[in-house]
Amino acid sequence: MDLTPSAEERAFRDELREWLQSNNPGPGPATDEGAFDFRRRWQRTLFENGWAGVAWPREYGGRGATLIEQAIYNEEMVRARAPAVANVLGLAMGGPVVIAHGTDEQKQRYLGPILSAEEIWCQGFSEPQAGSDLASLRTKAVRDGDEWVVNGQKVWTTLAQEAKWCMLVARTDPDAPKHKGLTYFLMDMNQPGVQVRPLVQITGEAEFNELFIEDARIHNENIVGGEGNGWAVAITTLAHERAGLALALQMQVKLLLDRVIGRAREQSYNGSTAAQDAVIRERLAQLYIESEVLRLNAYRGLTAQMKYGVPGPEGSLGKWHWAEINQALTELAMEIEGAAAMEGDGPWTYQFLRARANSIEGGTTEILKNIVAERILGLPRLR
Amino acid sequence: MNFDLNDDQRAIKQTAHEFLERRYPLTEMRRLALEDERGFTGEQWRELTQLGWPGLAVAEADGGQGLGSVELAVLQEELGYAMAPSPLLSTTSAALLIAAAGSDDQRARVLTKLASGERIGTVAVWDDPPGRSPTDSTLAAGEDGTLRGRKLLVADAAAADVTVVLGAGGRLWLLEGADGGDGAGGVTVTSTPALDPTRKLYTLELDGASAEALDAGDDAAVARAHAQIATALAAESVGVAQRAMEMAVAYAKDREQFGRPIGAYQAVSHRCAQMLLEVEGARSAVLYAAWALDHDPSVALLAAAMAKAYASDCGFRVTASSLQVHGGIGFTWEHDLHFLLKRAKANAHAGGDARFHRERVAELIGI
Repeated sequence: MDLTPSAEERAFRDELREWLQSNNPGPGPATDEGAFDFRRRWQRTLFENGWAGVAWPREYGGRGATLIEQAIYNEEMVRARAPAVANVLGLAMGGPVVIAHGTDEQKQRYLGPILSAEEIWCQGFSEPQAGSDLASLRTKAVRDGDEWVVNGQKVWTTLAQEAKWCMLVARTDPDAPKHKGLTYFLMDMNQPGVQVRPLVQITGEAEFNELFIEDARIHNENIVGGEGNGWAVAITTLAHERAGLALALQMQVKLLLDRVIGRAREQSYNGSTAAQDAVIRERLAQLYIESEVLRLNAYRGLTAQMKYGVPGPEGSLGKWHWAEINQALTELAMEIEGAAAMEGDGPWTYQFLRARANSIEGGTTEILKNIVAERILGLPRLR
Repeated sequence: MNFDLNDDQRAIKQTAHEFLERRYPLTEMRRLALEDERGFTGEQWRELTQLGWPGLAVAEADGGQGLGSVELAVLQEELGYAMAPSPLLSTTSAALLIAAAGSDDQRARVLTKLASGERIGTVAVWDDPPGRSPTDSTLAAGEDGTLRGRKLLVADAAAADVTVVLGAGGRLWLLEGADGGDGAGGVTVTSTPALDPTRKLYTLELDGASAEALDAGDDAAVARAHAQIATALAAESVGVAQRAMEMAVAYAKDREQFGRPIGAYQAVSHRCAQMLLEVEGARSAVLYAAWALDHDPSVALLAAAMAKAYASDCGFRVTASSLQVHGGIGFTWEHDLHFLLKRAKANAHAGGDARFHRERVAELIGI
């Protein structure tokens, strides 16, 4: 056991830190028109300097970073408050899926533009009637010569308005059992059959979209992983989403916790400061401990994955744990404000509201608990 | 970065697990807890000393094995998992404090014998009434240099040949030959009922007890020893919680109601998932603290406070939750679960409770 970074890991971190010091453009414009172009330019800069897709193998333009290095990368990016990349889903999921399941032609065609942010990717999995029970999705694709004709509806589609390609899972065999009749397509978003409508969320902004698909066409060569294998390919996608993510989330929590503690120190409270109030103080300390436990579990999970090839039980718990911590932290931040928490544009309004999605997005806490209970503890399935 | 046990540490874990499984089945734990006055036999103690466990984390120069805090945490977790009653943690705690604060002479005279298991040790922490901090006391030596006062909740005192007594201002005193309970040497040892029957507790009446000061170490070394003790307790609670979780999962798979195993119901299965989250979290926190105690002094005290706070809560919550999964049978004397619940709860309060250690965390991170 050695919790200090190895010489290689230190070198990786130092090189990245140094590069960020002179190249980090800061957070950039808030949610407005210019924001996405800013992120696109930032990813282009990362790409040109070899810092995009660090997890990808070198032969596909990545850096071949180990899991620990990926975690360091995510941690450092958050620590430096660097902007988000433009092609989040392409880098984290689309590319790795093409690398794992794609043909040589597909690798040739798609990987470069993902890295450089020339082509943005989105993910068409969830549907209005298929949320946690994803395999029950109804969007169907029917063969027509060399092409497939697609009809259906998708929802929670982040970046759909910017995307060139959609990772689309559709039913190609309505008679097969629900996990078997699915196929994984890359659908061109720039066609009349695909309509994007922003979905306004409780924060008032629209991060997500609805996708209305009416007689959209996809060429047969845009199937990834073979007809009927869509479920297996989609699962790979979701697995790729996780690697090192807990570390970045943990670092976000730490930065937020620092801000909340700073606020607690200056906010007057019962004749002293909120930070001196025994109850608030204890809850802040507990959240600090929880965020450290999140980080430590994540590192233990990564070590297990590197040593034994499969994620340890700790890895599956991270997203669930993070959602709980982030919600508790934003709730405490509001409490520290007292009556001022009623303001519509207070310091925590956005974070407090946005955090409500944490236990839903990317797998609800209930589904994650099912996964832990069934796959790790071996408890019987209800279904 | 490698957050995993190495091969030697794994071997210690496996050896301990197999030995304890053989020698301390839960029937033996129950017998010792309910029928043995001291809670262990001389033969059992000899076996533990032959394995070198009392001196595991004591330096080789002081007659120990010279292993580290991680190895100690690994062993303590297994002792907790087995629920094995023994004066080992008491002896280890005394040894850690003497190693930190003892003079060359005291280490040669006393520590070597604790490390070899020739003597049994304990630490007298709590005043009457006990405060919240395991390092605060008002006990001071009188003008004649002897100790007068009362110490409560002292584990394994009747068996102990050596007692480290916590005094005012964080001072430590070394008391030898405090066994027998006959008032010899100004010390009377009286048995006191314990929530956890697997760890016997006593009251110490000090009436002119002649004690030596343990004051050869610096404050940092003593603080580290206290943190090692807190981490060892936390590690034990991780083992107890792991066992309680395994019992709950096994029961949930086996017990059927309404025509299916109760573990198929999410009200039960999600409870079990919650246990795993807390057990894995507590284990990570404990291993981090143990590692930091040996390798990164800048975060060691913080890490130990985090581990003790988190594992204290985890230990109680997981054992209580396991009892709920077991339903009525878990509430019976006949079932073994109550021993785990009581051990976890007692551990949560020994060495400073979760609230005390959360306040430590708040101080150390500058809230």
